[in-house]
Amino acid sequence: MLATARTFTLDGISARPVRVEVDVHRGLPNFTIVGLPDAAVREARERVRAALVNCGFEFPLRRIVVNLAPASLRKAGPGMDLAIAAALLSASGQLEWEGLAQMALAGELALDGSTRAVQGALAMAEAAREGGAQAILLPAENGPEAALADGIGVVGVEALGQLPALVAGEWDPPRPRPLPLQLDPPPGAPDLADLRGQPHLRHALEVAAAGGHSLLMIGPPGAGKSLAASRLPSILPPLSPGEALEVARIASACGRLGAGLAGGKPFRAPHHTISAAGLIGGGSPPRPGEVTLAHRGVLFLDELCEFRRDALEALRAPLETGGVLISRAGGQRSLPCRFMLVAAANPCPCGRGEIDPDCSCAPYEVQRYQGKLSGALADRIDILAAVRQPSAAEISGAPGEPSATVRERICAARERQESRLGAGRCNAEMTPAEARACPVSAKAAALLADLYARQRLSGRAHDRALRLAQTIADLAGAEEIGEEQMAQALQMRRRDG
Amino acid sequence: MAEPTACVACLRRAWLLAALGPYVERIATGEVGSRSPELLRLSNEELVEVSAPKVAAQLLARIEALPEERLLEELLLAECWACCRHGDLYPDSLRDAADAPWALIGRGDSRLLDGLEPFEAVTIVGARRATSYGREIARELGRELAAAGMVVVSGLAFGIDGCAHRGAVDAGRTIAVLGCGPDVPYPASHRSLWRRVCEVGAVISEFPPGSTPWRWTFPARNRIMAALAGMTVVVEAATRSGSLITTDLAADLGRDLGAVPGPVTSRASAGPNGLLASGAHVIRDAQDVLDAMLGPGRKRIERPTPALDPELQAALTAVESGESSCDAVATATGLSGPAAAAALARLELLGYLTCSSVGTYSRTLLSSASREPL
Repeated sequence: MLATARTFTLDGISARPVRVEVDVHRGLPNFTIVGLPDAAVREARERVRAALVNCGFEFPLRRIVVNLAPASLRKAGPGMDLAIAAALLSASGQLEWEGLAQMALAGELALDGSTRAVQGALAMAEAAREGGAQAILLPAENGPEAALADGIGVVGVEALGQLPALVAGEWDPPRPRPLPLQLDPPPGAPDLADLRGQPHLRHALEVAAAGGHSLLMIGPPGAGKSLAASRLPSILPPLSPGEALEVARIASACGRLGAGLAGGKPFRAPHHTISAAGLIGGGSPPRPGEVTLAHRGVLFLDELCEFRRDALEALRAPLETGGVLISRAGGQRSLPCRFMLVAAANPCPCGRGEIDPDCSCAPYEVQRYQGKLSGALADRIDILAAVRQPSAAEISGAPGEPSATVRERICAARERQESRLGAGRCNAEMTPAEARACPVSAKAAALLADLYARQRLSGRAHDRALRLAQTIADLAGAEEIGEEQMAQALQMRRRDG
Repeated sequence: MAEPTACVACLRRAWLLAALGPYVERIATGEVGSRSPELLRLSNEELVEVSAPKVAAQLLARIEALPEERLLEELLLAECWACCRHGDLYPDSLRDAADAPWALIGRGDSRLLDGLEPFEAVTIVGARRATSYGREIARELGRELAAAGMVVVSGLAFGIDGCAHRGAVDAGRTIAVLGCGPDVPYPASHRSLWRRVCEVGAVISEFPPGSTPWRWTFPARNRIMAALAGMTVVVEAATRSGSLITTDLAADLGRDLGAVPGPVTSRASAGPNGLLASGAHVIRDAQDVLDAMLGPGRKRIERPTPALDPELQAALTAVESGESSCDAVATATGLSGPAAAAALARLELLGYLTCSSVGTYSRTLLSSASREPL
């Protein structure tokens, strides 16, 4: 007897459809899985055998061949157990399930026949819908996240033993309630009010958030760089439902979507020892890296100079294109990664900064360090903010403006940008042509021209100053870039070298 | 116009010095080479006898056997020229010294040496390990002095020397004196600066092309720097430093000494502050140098001094009193963050401030505080 079922294998953050074909016929008892299974798939034999027996089914003592089609695709992970078991039950005549071929199944089995959650349930539900399946059958734990996908039935099962009742129509479980998608930061999230004093740093954060500009903070340890960066998600505009779904899809594929999105924009702060593959994604099968996990959120690189050169270099293309292309022997995968880059560094190796009389760094050390700093993604960072130790009076002073107020201004600025550039775009993404088309007042243009002539700015630096000035003007609600706004932009721009 | 020519005996002296490099190194260690200028007073035979007695005869014979054509060819291949103490091009200022180099090997524009009088040149020296204050001052001094028509002499080293040259190459003439062959950019990371100096000025040395620096060659080149210029200005130096060897040598020759005052707490300014205490000229900017060398008011450096808005003035005052970051300036002046940022950007554009690559501001010399004559 032959039976087929649909299942999926996770590839990056998308699910690839896999058809499970089970053939049971006479011969020496044997159980083989073919079709490029990895070790976890191959071990499904033992799990399926035990689960069937422990749920009161019979494990057929016959020759069983499981084929996973397409045969050319590598299958990974334990998520095919449920499909294999169901098809095996059908093929051995223990379950009369006519609609099996139209069902998508995904789930890992425990030895007692209960189901265990799989990664990427949301992507699988969406892939099932694209593939024209009627419904997707998943472990109950995955139900809420799979239910985020519209237009497909979602059935959560607790154990393999529930299948006969389901097939017979005796049990008709309701569609699980979809996970709540949190668009705003949750209450109690880090708030910008914690940043006291430091008016310039606050302004730099606000401009960065308003225009989606990348930001580099340089200052001694303990000056508040990490604190400032962790407050950024709270002032970024809320996720749109579509964006939240993208974030959820990525979190689901990484198995991080447990009880719901932790809240609002992702904030990722990888340690500086991270490898290039860890940062942009890689491995076999390819797994998303930190840039993808930071999609629609903030990627914070603390101690920028300590990061490995190759890891930082690998960031260039993703920053430019908003996507990662991972090429491996098995083919190419592209993963989304539109994130805001925020970095922090010390001003010199000892951290105190040359201005401090206690700085013990030799000039060549400082030179080498700063060389590294300007080499590291220099041309990808828009704003440079020097952060200094806040004074005692500032620390004990009144709390700063809360995130909610700042965020209102930022949302208004983003609206102006979207009305000019189109939905979902921000000033940082302006092309050189768009940047040069920004309305600039005569005095502001003269200021920029003066600097351009004096400091032999590159064309890129010129456009970057325009983008920044446009964001500052958007924040101020100005129709054109004024002189004051241009001056602020010129102060914030990153110095070369 | 004087042609760069050198007699063969003087050229051989240069090649002899290069050959003696490691031998002199051995006897001139310890009190690093402050002895080396004295050694260089010796004749060829004496010098070889004290530094390399075992191989004296061989060395002398080998150097004596060097044919003139070969020496000239080596100069030509390295794009260098030479002048010796018997020629017209050789600066008169060097003839004052008993230990004057026999020959000068140069690269770049030889006309810079032609008739160079001490009052036309200023030597700027200082620590390799300089602070951003010292580097800024050195650059400004180099730029303004070169713009005022002076020849800026320095040693192309890290720190103060390099900054003085950098300032000068943009504005006028400069001479770098090296402790190695003039075709050897030393330190190597100053290669592009060395090339610029060769283009707009000259690089000179008493060593032949291709010779490497030794510890003793630095005090040796310091005596040339001291002798070339009418005034030696120390920007920053620790108390025991090579820059102070230069000032000692300059004082021995009766040249003027100048020092840039610095914080009394700063180790980098201990040298110049000490010199000031013992009577060196106070150098606050290029005008002070010109006044000291040519007489007060003989040559004026014109600087525009636009009146500043109150906001800009407040921000400038904040930076002058030691605030370096935008946040600190905003806090000190009571300006909002954006307003402080805009003020700093304007001040930078006007040339009052410079911004480092880590975003900290420092004051330039442009119309700096207290310009009353001393």
